[in-house]
Amino acid sequence: MGYIIGQNIIRKEAFNKVTGTAKYTDDFIATGIYHADLLVSPYAHAKIISIDISAAASAKGVKKIITGNDINVLCGPLIDDKPPLAKEKVRYHGEPVVMVVADCEQNAKAAVAKIKVNFQPLPVVNSVSDALKENAVLIHENLQQYKKNVSDVYPETGSNVCGHVKIRKGDLQKGWQESELTIESNFTLPQSDHAAMETRAAQCQIMPNGRVIVCSSTQAPFSVKEQINKTFQVPIEDIDVNVLFVGGGFGGKAAVQLEILAYIAAKAVDGHTVKIASSREKDMITTPCKIGLEAKIKIGAKKNGKIIVAEMHYNVDCGGYADIAPRIAKAIAVDCAGPYNIENISCDALSVYTNHPVATSFRGFGHTSLSFCIERMMDKLGAALNIDPIEIRMINALTEGCYSPTQVKVTLSNTGNFGECLNKLKTLINWHEGQRIVESNHLIRAKGVGCFVKTSDSPTNAISGVLLTFNSDGSINLNCGAVEIGPGMKTTAAQILAEKLKMDIGRIQVKMEVDTQTSPVHWKTVASMTTYMVGRAVISAAEDLIRQLLNGAATILRCTPEDLEIAEEKIFLKTDQKIYLTFKDIVHGFQYQNGNSIVGQIMGRGNFIMNQLSYLDKETGEGKAGPYWTPGAQAVEIEYDTIQHTYRILKAATVVDAGKVLNPKTVKGILMGGMCMGLGLGTSESFIYDAEGIVQNTSFRTYKMMRYGETPDYLIDYVETPQLDAPYGSRGLAEHGIIGIPAALANAISLAAGIDVTKLPITPEQIWQQKEGVRQ
Amino acid sequence: MIAFDFAYFRPETLKEANETYKQLIIAGKLPLYYGGGTEIISMARAGSIRFDAVIDIKSIPECNTLCVENNQLIIGSAVTLTKIAESGCFPLLGKTVSRIADHTIQDKITIGGNIAGSIIYREAALPLMITNSKVKIIKKNKLHELPLLEIFDGNLHLQNGELIVQFLIDTNYLNLSYCHVKKTKLDKIDYPLITLAAIKTDNGINAAVSGLADKPFLLPVKILNEQDVPEAVRADKTVGAIQNNIIGDLIIAGKEYRMFVLKNVLVQMFENFKEAQYAGI
Amino acid sequence: MLAFKDKSIISLNINGDNVTVMVNPSYTLLHVLRENLGLTGTKPGCENGDCGSCTVLVDGWPIKSCLMLAVEAIGHQVITVEGLKNAPIQRSFVENWGFQCGYCTSGFLMVCHALKNIHPDADDFIIEQWLQSNLCRCTGYGEIKDAVKAVLENKI
Repeated sequence: MGYIIGQNIIRKEAFNKVTGTAKYTDDFIATGIYHADLLVSPYAHAKIISIDISAAASAKGVKKIITGNDINVLCGPLIDDKPPLAKEKVRYHGEPVVMVVADCEQNAKAAVAKIKVNFQPLPVVNSVSDALKENAVLIHENLQQYKKNVSDVYPETGSNVCGHVKIRKGDLQKGWQESELTIESNFTLPQSDHAAMETRAAQCQIMPNGRVIVCSSTQAPFSVKEQINKTFQVPIEDIDVNVLFVGGGFGGKAAVQLEILAYIAAKAVDGHTVKIASSREKDMITTPCKIGLEAKIKIGAKKNGKIIVAEMHYNVDCGGYADIAPRIAKAIAVDCAGPYNIENISCDALSVYTNHPVATSFRGFGHTSLSFCIERMMDKLGAALNIDPIEIRMINALTEGCYSPTQVKVTLSNTGNFGECLNKLKTLINWHEGQRIVESNHLIRAKGVGCFVKTSDSPTNAISGVLLTFNSDGSINLNCGAVEIGPGMKTTAAQILAEKLKMDIGRIQVKMEVDTQTSPVHWKTVASMTTYMVGRAVISAAEDLIRQLLNGAATILRCTPEDLEIAEEKIFLKTDQKIYLTFKDIVHGFQYQNGNSIVGQIMGRGNFIMNQLSYLDKETGEGKAGPYWTPGAQAVEIEYDTIQHTYRILKAATVVDAGKVLNPKTVKGILMGGMCMGLGLGTSESFIYDAEGIVQNTSFRTYKMMRYGETPDYLIDYVETPQLDAPYGSRGLAEHGIIGIPAALANAISLAAGIDVTKLPITPEQIWQQKEGVRQ
Repeated sequence: MIAFDFAYFRPETLKEANETYKQLIIAGKLPLYYGGGTEIISMARAGSIRFDAVIDIKSIPECNTLCVENNQLIIGSAVTLTKIAESGCFPLLGKTVSRIADHTIQDKITIGGNIAGSIIYREAALPLMITNSKVKIIKKNKLHELPLLEIFDGNLHLQNGELIVQFLIDTNYLNLSYCHVKKTKLDKIDYPLITLAAIKTDNGINAAVSGLADKPFLLPVKILNEQDVPEAVRADKTVGAIQNNIIGDLIIAGKEYRMFVLKNVLVQMFENFKEAQYAGI
Repeated sequence: MLAFKDKSIISLNINGDNVTVMVNPSYTLLHVLRENLGLTGTKPGCENGDCGSCTVLVDGWPIKSCLMLAVEAIGHQVITVEGLKNAPIQRSFVENWGFQCGYCTSGFLMVCHALKNIHPDADDFIIEQWLQSNLCRCTGYGEIKDAVKAVLENKI
């Protein structure tokens, strides 16, 4: 049992959040600042013929109007393919076209309404398959001319493909020869929204001395800094990005967009502070959303259920611009087989431009989509062979000694114990009572399973850091560059430090805000990597402190550092605990009775860098994308009405190999939140486009998410197979609750209704269509 | 944030309200009567309506009445849906309005506003349409009482400056057996795929639906009450009789599915009228 | 008759205090609470009445302040999250892990607080009806359920 690890620790900012005092970006209220608003494209694909700003320019309070022609830059995290304001043409419904800067929000908005843009509609690429057709309309005619910011992204000239990741493992031909059974299926998943409750917001001020001060609701303050530097050649040391609390991110706030616009706006008004905050409608389509996916999977198996070979095509709908989608396609390719061992694999993951809103990272980073496909395939295989769904997964489970699709050797430490997750799931969901139970009143109760394994796809040199300083009373200040977006990361960092120093967590103060000038760099608060990366940096910083404390105390207490031990803010002799110094005595220097002083201020520095990660081979995909995998097994139990074709979700279960659960209630909360969101994806969340690519549901009135009372009983359990290089064995765990849930729901509904679900979300209307054979 | 400015008036009497409206018109302004304001504010924010002034009717005593007088339930047009539901004055209406939007907004939406609004569902009207309800409107500074259906065929037909002051429902209707069914695409808080409100009088079933067409409408009484015809057949015939009214859309549901759901709802309604006296679903 | 034709000085009762603010009649209560009074605990989540993040109490009942004009609040008592002084629901949300990012929290607190006052005996149906007015994107509502129940059952 640890000192504090494994205990429920209330988040440090809890009382600030229940009193309305916790501040978020848009809570910065000041008189005299300017507001920016955007005119966005009403078309999905159109030429901009002319823009008439004359009426708006003379409108009340207007300070500046900026169009694409005023800015001569392209930006993007991987490929510089996006003008901050559309130039010559628009590529998605909601794309920013004109920005108005005015003295207040109302005047900015009123002026936007006075701008007249003359568009000439172009043929719309309204799906991935449209985009991949021969002679498809090209969304980016000059794809080959774009600057790439990374070497390992491969756009295909003369096409709508902005990235292509290949996995070639084993011998496909041999695999097909050995197969006794082939299953093939196509899947379609729509784009959808992050819908964090706080819409995205940013402010920028440019000081007379050149300093660019940005405040933003971002998960990636250091990326904001880099992108402003790269796009506008502002010296990186002049850019300071501040982040307060962030009202939910789910990946959506890792993309950089409003910050660029805020910078452009501030620059245009002589550096004056400009604030830009998305309305909900713009937050849904103007700023990035979740990827869509079209996939085609073919597997070959033995009659005993063992999968021998798989051929997979995952085509990611990245919308009008690439953003980070090629990395999501990479993530899909890296884990293309799910938590299963398949010896022979061919996988092609494309990122494909369409005239849909731009997609970016979203909770699960592509894994929810890929798991949907793989987990439906597992059920189809099980059904074809009359093998129980959990059994078929067990037969194929990824175990120690197997090789991943990118040919990384699986160990218990780096991948945990997936089989044990399946075993525990069986108990949790009461599997033995049966999977499809016919009840009275035309009701059927059914259970479906969905599993996952997930690694991260960070840059191979992603870093994190922690700085520790002492207050004069011996309490500690912890400063790290991870953003508090909701999962309680800052508190987890304090918990890890408290464990390492065996001290009261109440005596550790964590700086909640991130300020890129003083906070150590942390790659991004994404990918379920924060506990791992920051945690490692915390331990490293604590070790630095401990070394200094022991050395200092050894001098004062006239012993060797090895004679001493630290706990409860005391440094004491192992042999006689009555001989000790307190942190207070020493951390700001120790003073002898005659006034002589030694030791000085003690500060801890800790850092972390990813090691052993490598680029994937362009032709085979061989390489190591992330430091470890987190595996898990999930299930959903539904009640289906055979007459109305409606269903209710009764239970949702998750078993995950957590390595070690650090803060149980916090971890459970994050998992339940993910499961709830997964049920949202399964039941209702999706962008609906008309034939012209116009998104029809841009408000919460029509974009439906789970509400109180619609959620099931959550059942959660853990396997704890320690990850040897992680803080206290704790495997990264955050996004995972969402990953297998849509698949589990689809499997449950497929079984209950006797249909083949290959699309999400699953509405009663769609079940009815399949049951009644009605054409859509 | 609403991008344009407008004036706000909160009259204390009907006369003041009417006079204010008139004066604004004379001054060349476009006024709107304002109840809960939920639709006006959201549409104004979206830029889909523009006006120069709102006349908030919530301080007018007649518009706030909720009482029974002379065997009539009188509901002022500015009474909120929450107040109607919590009062228990008319169970079918209470049930219907407590499924409009969500609970918090129900405390802002007024019955008059829901019925006069531009959102096509106007579910609060359903119970009134099937109970021979009357309305009191103010017209040229005078109160007129007339049957609801004379000015409301699913859409409200009032002239500029006219205002519904009260709804009047004969108390005989209030405690009849009723049926309320709201079917959504999936979520509980959503616009209706179908909302049906029905009562059973001595003369048979009266029912009205919302969500199927671009406005609420009455279901054909004759077909619903063909005593010799099995209920499932009556349900089919009803669907058949109104199928030309039914619309489909991208967001909520296609036309065929709406017909399928309507049939189920009707079958359920018949069942419920057989089984229970009060059948809210 | 109250009449405001243009930018006007109005008096509101917010959290028990009478405050004077200069507003346009078109300003929503949400806007005035935040921008004029600095009460930023009330959050804009959609400004369309769909999410409930901006919920405040008006005469004790929850109201979405994005769908109310500030001038409509004249003559009414408005309570925001800043006016909940150590209400049991606040501690209950903390102790039951009722939030993560905290953005929707103020709105949920106001609804739960009003529910406890108006329906202290609320059953599951009423709780559901009231709390369905708000969206939370971080939790799966499980802990919010625990938090509101703890208060209704006087466990906090």
